[in-house]
Amino acid sequence: MKRILPPVLVLIIAVASLEVTVRWLGVSTYLVPPPSRVLEDIFRNAQGLWPSMWDTGFAAMIGLALSAVLGICMAILLSSAQWIQRALYPYAVFFQTVPIIAIAPLLVIWLGYGQRTVIASAFIVSIFPMIANTLAGLVATDPGLRDMFRLYDAGPIATMLKLRLPAALPQIMTGLRISSGLAVIGAIVGEFIGGGGLGSVVDVARRQQRTDVVFAAVVLASLLGLAMFGMVNLLSTLLLRHWHPSE
Amino acid sequence: MSEICKRMNGVAVKIDGVGRTFPNGVRALQEITLNVAPGEFLAIVGPSGCGKSTMLRLIAKLDQPQAGSIALAPDDAHKLAFVFQDAQLLPWRNVLQNVAVPLELMHVPKPQRLEAAREAIAQVGLAEAMLRYPNQLSGGMRMRVSLARAMVTRPRLLLMDEPFAALDEITRQRLDEQLLGLWSSRGTTVIFVTHSIAEAVFLSQRVLVMSPRPGRIIFDRKIDLPPRRAAQLRGSPEFAAQTKDLFEALRIESDATAAGSAA
Repeated sequence: MKRILPPVLVLIIAVASLEVTVRWLGVSTYLVPPPSRVLEDIFRNAQGLWPSMWDTGFAAMIGLALSAVLGICMAILLSSAQWIQRALYPYAVFFQTVPIIAIAPLLVIWLGYGQRTVIASAFIVSIFPMIANTLAGLVATDPGLRDMFRLYDAGPIATMLKLRLPAALPQIMTGLRISSGLAVIGAIVGEFIGGGGLGSVVDVARRQQRTDVVFAAVVLASLLGLAMFGMVNLLSTLLLRHWHPSE
Repeated sequence: MSEICKRMNGVAVKIDGVGRTFPNGVRALQEITLNVAPGEFLAIVGPSGCGKSTMLRLIAKLDQPQAGSIALAPDDAHKLAFVFQDAQLLPWRNVLQNVAVPLELMHVPKPQRLEAAREAIAQVGLAEAMLRYPNQLSGGMRMRVSLARAMVTRPRLLLMDEPFAALDEITRQRLDEQLLGLWSSRGTTVIFVTHSIAEAVFLSQRVLVMSPRPGRIIFDRKIDLPPRRAAQLRGSPEFAAQTKDLFEALRIESDATAAGSAA
């Protein structure tokens, strides 16, 4: 209770003062809607908003799962030999710097309108942190433990599966935490162009100057990001509960 | 008779003119020649950086010498175990699974390896902690798990690199006694590296002293104490005499070395 109370108090004070300021100064609703109006929209417009939130969440989750699996595979490949890492890692970094907003139209051309484009967009923005963090974990295996495995003639596959990959679990979880937020952002950017989900809601409401609906969608998108983050944290606690001091 | 039979479980180590220089130019070992008899308990004492750890790594084939040769007789690399300075346990596995790791890597079927692991854990007195994870154990308990893991393959040569150095004195003494018990029941050859002269005298039948950079053997002596040793030996006059002898020999030797390098 003592841990939850302070942030909840801050939230209540911030929302209440925004409400009072907006009403007192008479700011137009299409510029800054009062928080009560946004809240009202979320519940009145439930049939429109909640399914959109589910669509975005689903696409983000599939995108995140793809980045996790492919990112870990990629990191294993990169860590298998120095020359592979030297040859490929620069392109992984380059891939990261390509702005998703600029390639989203291309995705529509290749994958068409709809969910596939949205998932691809969520995947593209969330894979790099998975690769980078997993790789950092895989190359940081304790030299003493590696010696112990060498002593018993463990082959590269056994060493990877029984030592290096499990030892990299904390870093993999860090990558997953970063990627979970990015996957939601990637999904919404994909929806701006590919259609569907909260991205479409924002796009349509913006054109109708329904700022209150935009805010409602933004609030839901943040909740979605928080929920994903919470799930990753839960997974991390379950997997690392025995052994990592951070848990 | 049975004493001799047990000794035959151990491996003989023959080190001949071994040298090792690291890529950064540090000469870790120079012209090391040494024979270790089957079933012998040998302690190596020396200051930091005298190449003791390098020597163990060379014997374990974790590193290659640039000169000389190292031979085990009978030559059976699988019969060798190494206890490191840190316990080096896998934090995501419990005690039982950790002790079973060597057998798992040697493809021993699961029921057999768990059975062997249980037995090894019971021998170091940790039967009640079998399902605990390393972060739930004290430093001394972790080291005992490490010892059990080394013994689970029934090694014929046990290499130990300052295994109890990070522990408090009382825990260390208790582990020393446990180790002696294991050694006398199994007949394994043991090469034990330590900073502590008292520990070396208490444990071993023979003590080797090394000098730093380049690492050389400057002193080699049999310890004249009964093979069966109990905790009370530490308070005995014989123990004190052996320790004193070794201290004095070391001082003369290091003074000579210091004078030699000053000249």
